[in-house]
Amino acid sequence: MLIALYIMLGLALVLGLFLGFAALKFKVEGDPLIARIDAILPQTQCGQCGFPGCKPYATAIAEGRADINQCPPGGDAGVHLLADLMGVEYKPLNAENGAEKPKSVAFIDEEICIGCTLCIQACPVDAILGAAKHMHTIIASECTGCELCVAPCPVDCISMELIGETPDNWKWKYPIIPIKPAFTL
Amino acid sequence: MNALVNIGNLLKSAKEIFPFHGGVHPPENKAQSTQLPIGQLALPEKLVLPLRQHVGNIPKVKVQIGEHVLKGQLIAEAEGTVSAAIHAPTSGTIAAIEDAIIPHPSGLPDRCITIKPDGKDEWIEKKSQDWKAAERKTLVASLRLSGIVGLGGATFPTHIKLRADGKSGVHTLVINAAECEPYITCDDMLMRERADEIVQGIAIAQYLLGAETVLIGIEDNKPEATQTMQVAVAGTGMQVKTVPTLYPSGDARRLVHLLLGTEIPHDKRSTEVGLQVFNVATVLALHRYFNHGEPSIGRIVSMTGNVNKPQNFEVLFGTPLLHLVAAAGGAKPETSHYIMGGPMMGFDLSSTDVPITKAANCIIAASPTLFEPPKPAMPCIRCARCADACPVNLQPQELYWFAKADNFEKARDYKLFDCIECGACSYVCPSDIPLVQYYRYAKSEIIATDKAQEAADLARERNDFRLARIEREKLERAQKHAERAAAQKAEAAKKASETQTSTTPEANIHAVSGDAVSDADAAKKAAIAAAIARAKAAKAAATGDAPKNVADADEAVKKEIAEIDARRQAVGIEKPPADEEKQAKIAAAIAKAKAAKAAAEAAKLNENKE
Repeated sequence: MLIALYIMLGLALVLGLFLGFAALKFKVEGDPLIARIDAILPQTQCGQCGFPGCKPYATAIAEGRADINQCPPGGDAGVHLLADLMGVEYKPLNAENGAEKPKSVAFIDEEICIGCTLCIQACPVDAILGAAKHMHTIIASECTGCELCVAPCPVDCISMELIGETPDNWKWKYPIIPIKPAFTL
Repeated sequence: MNALVNIGNLLKSAKEIFPFHGGVHPPENKAQSTQLPIGQLALPEKLVLPLRQHVGNIPKVKVQIGEHVLKGQLIAEAEGTVSAAIHAPTSGTIAAIEDAIIPHPSGLPDRCITIKPDGKDEWIEKKSQDWKAAERKTLVASLRLSGIVGLGGATFPTHIKLRADGKSGVHTLVINAAECEPYITCDDMLMRERADEIVQGIAIAQYLLGAETVLIGIEDNKPEATQTMQVAVAGTGMQVKTVPTLYPSGDARRLVHLLLGTEIPHDKRSTEVGLQVFNVATVLALHRYFNHGEPSIGRIVSMTGNVNKPQNFEVLFGTPLLHLVAAAGGAKPETSHYIMGGPMMGFDLSSTDVPITKAANCIIAASPTLFEPPKPAMPCIRCARCADACPVNLQPQELYWFAKADNFEKARDYKLFDCIECGACSYVCPSDIPLVQYYRYAKSEIIATDKAQEAADLARERNDFRLARIEREKLERAQKHAERAAAQKAEAAKKASETQTSTTPEANIHAVSGDAVSDADAAKKAAIAAAIARAKAAKAAATGDAPKNVADADEAVKKEIAEIDARRQAVGIEKPPADEEKQAKIAAAIAKAKAAKAAAEAAKLNENKE
């Protein structure tokens, strides 16, 4: 009787110690939910959601301060993913935040650029190269197409160029099966 | 160890053929284009060379419009690791560098170089290489300039596959001459007519890889080619092996399985298990490059299907499609379109205005009689015939359901990317479902999503870095401001000490260091104060001395100046210079002493801290 009691007590002690150790050793740092929401967001850092970047928006969603339908670059697919992750009903994009647009990159007309560096300061991903009084240029591969550089330009030399379809980014289309009678007599 | 494995493989391979799972027997249709020998084409009006002819980076254009080029001259240079060069296929003038329709399933235009031949077909100086004497590394490096890519259709740059650093561990070289796809006969004809050159090319590849064994796999529907190859390899130690005709035995992994019984793990390359596979046409190109100094400027193309005289031709890259069609006697009436590649894996060309590229092993003129228009797809009846036919042991019906439902993650889990798009499943499907089209769709969607994810990750990283940089700059600015404020304070303190000259330097130091935020700050401040004092002293010295430009003045002027000075001193505008100089010097000395002491104290404190 007493032995059984000791065994149970000992087991409880060992398991308790193990659990305590595991709680310290495998502790999850930070809020994994924010990181998971952030992973879904398109990282354009455009601020169309009303927050200064994707991470602040992710934080706001996680804290219940923002809705899931405020990210136009993420599009409908993004809202669906966020709805799945947050376990809420899907809702269409909020028109107040803007509409989903085809992907584009900024382009600087180097003839007009006066080298004021305002766009460089506005770019959230450091995708503009240049120095004061020297013309600037966009590093197209780094540009997220957030359009944040367009407004600050005092001479309106920045335009958004659509990324067209090239053999590089071309995709096979969904097979379309013609609706025809299967048997022709 | 390798040798042991090798011997084991040899014993195994000598015995038998190792059939793979699945496969289909589509009608061969090869006899039509093997009736005539390989034909030569007249020089076309123009040659259009797309920059995108291989897997990897787009090469860099090295010529300008209007420039005259010679046959075999480098016109675009490999860019980055995986890329291939492009050479002028004949001598002529660069007529244009512009976008034109390229032979690609998309039918989209891409950058091309157009050459107008001058008709002389004049070679550049050909430099053959004594490959047996040269170091492997330099040979492979020079191969980067050859423009040779895998001519079986995959167009992977050959210099990457031959990266021989002596540690490749490749013990067996497999030469792919199976040519399993219907209609295509270019490798067959090549072996019949140029077996000796092929064997010389194989010897080069074998030397570069350090492979001990060479196996040449040929399907048993090419008895003539098998015979000529057997004669050509006599005495070289290479083995010619026939494999049963079964589509897709020409897939590299299937052929390796057939010849050696080795199943290359799906996530590994063949080199990781000591194997390398080359197409016959590719090794021939190696021979032409090393033994004759000719870069890759042309290939054998089967021109077959609904044309009057189906035949294989030696075609320069960039030759317009219709030039080739005309050489084959022209297209018969009711030709609807052209297919590049075979009927199983090829694609419909969107235009007849496209050039022949490195990937074009076969052009088929299609007509409704030869290729029935696709029947309407019926629902999947779960018969699993596709699973029986799949040479990669996938479950095509499952992949189809996932792809159809846009359930891409699931499709990926079911190894969609191991699919070789051979079309065996579509071929056997009793419901005529275009299965491969669904897989291609799903694959390109997944690739696009992955690319977008990569771009998002890069953007996140750059944004994080930018925010961190802004934060750091803010801190640095704040620190600078603090330093400036402290310096101003120190100066004020010094001024105060200057006014009360009676106080001892010791007391001053204590006063200053007491004010200081930290020891380091104190040291800095004192140093600044010393510098200011020194500057002041210098200034004082300058003003104290007589003006420099009066030395040569005559006596009258000097006298006048002296009078003015005396008057000014009398009214008290200027203090006697000597006095001020002395004071400044004292101040400087005090400041210097302060600086030295504060620095010493700071150093001591730091030491203690450490």
